[in-house]
Amino acid sequence: MAQIIFTQQLARFLPVPELATAALTLRAALSEAFADNPRLGAYVLDDQGHLRENVVIFIDGQRTRDRMLLDDPLRPDSRIYILQALSGG
Amino acid sequence: MADRAYISTRKGLFELGRTAQGWQLQDKHFFGEPVSMALHDTRDGALYAALNLGHFGAKLHRRDAGGEWKEVAVPVYPPKPEGSEDKTDWKLRQIWSLEAGGPDQPGVLWAGTLPGGLFKSEDRGETWQLVESLWNVEGRSQWFGGGYDVPGIHSICVDPRDSRSVLVGISCGGAWLTEDGGASWNLRTRGMAARYMPPEMQNLGEVQDPHRIVRCAGQPDVLWCQHHCGIWRSTDNGQNWEEVTDAPLSTFGFAVAVHPRDPDTAWFAPAVADQQRVPIEAALAVNRTDNGGRHFVSERAGLPQEHCYDLVYRHGLAVADDGKTLVMGSTTGGLWLSESGGAKWDTISTTLPPVYAVRFA
Repeated sequence: MAQIIFTQQLARFLPVPELATAALTLRAALSEAFADNPRLGAYVLDDQGHLRENVVIFIDGQRTRDRMLLDDPLRPDSRIYILQALSGG
Repeated sequence: MADRAYISTRKGLFELGRTAQGWQLQDKHFFGEPVSMALHDTRDGALYAALNLGHFGAKLHRRDAGGEWKEVAVPVYPPKPEGSEDKTDWKLRQIWSLEAGGPDQPGVLWAGTLPGGLFKSEDRGETWQLVESLWNVEGRSQWFGGGYDVPGIHSICVDPRDSRSVLVGISCGGAWLTEDGGASWNLRTRGMAARYMPPEMQNLGEVQDPHRIVRCAGQPDVLWCQHHCGIWRSTDNGQNWEEVTDAPLSTFGFAVAVHPRDPDTAWFAPAVADQQRVPIEAALAVNRTDNGGRHFVSERAGLPQEHCYDLVYRHGLAVADDGKTLVMGSTTGGLWLSESGGAKWDTISTTLPPVYAVRFA
């Protein structure tokens, strides 16, 4: 199972669980993660379901490639880090 | 008597309370976070705080009377239709204004947002609906940013005689009035002049930049407007606007406060000009008129009179229901309070974070 790890910066506002997913793409993994927790999703994605400007996601050490589609493939042992970017703030 | 005000700042929401020793900063909330607007709803005692988290977006929290803070929903724009020529992203950037509906509309809130959205909640912020009739007005394509890169709704004036009647002010998109609860809208800018535009466009309603519009609660047909190009006043619910040209120091500024019962009394915080947004001669003053703008007094007692570069932004000046207690906050962290209608001011702090909005409970 791929692991989704959220920045602990979010813990100021809401619980940030570490989640496991069998999804094959980042979009599917996020949809799964936020299905039961839409409020958490609204911290990561904007109104239109795009990655927020100042949030960054790394999958297995690589920054994701498309902020709108979020279609990066996942491996069964992928580690997905959702972080605040070093901008904005 | 006013005894509490809420100060929304770049680094949190501060409560200013009246004590036996005078007004003092007391509790703080969301410390370190940008708070773009707060609202104390006198109908049920709830306090709302709009956050604008740098990384994680705009959020709204509500604290019920005697309760704890709880995050509620934020306005969400609908998906932008494919093929739309609208260059604006339909994404919430900030909650810029928050107002309670009328006393006959418990639970109703209005939110003005960037980019240029008006949203209504009928359940105390649990859910929001875009007022599509205003979002879809033909003139919206001519709106543009003033203060921000995108247009925004900063003023929402509910008519105390009829809660279905609401006037909103937009930078830059003019002033719009609904009289049917938001089903339809009409421009209300006749008389305003946008002198930053080419001559043939200066009277177009959709390009006006009213920096702030406030209504006199006691005589609701009277509205005052601090416009980008000066001061305007309406005595017929925005049907016509008359320019007030005789204010001393400058008619440029952002904020305006209006006496809750006397429609002839209003306060302004003048700055040099569009091109130089600082107090005149680096000395802070508040212009007050008591006769509808025919004559002004520049009040300075208690305000810094040298090396002062404080700018009072749109929501940085407020008057309490008593008509004589005022609070004023600046973009460089100054906070002053007057209990004498502006004749004398006390310094609360000169080292706050940038102040976005002040309002009394």
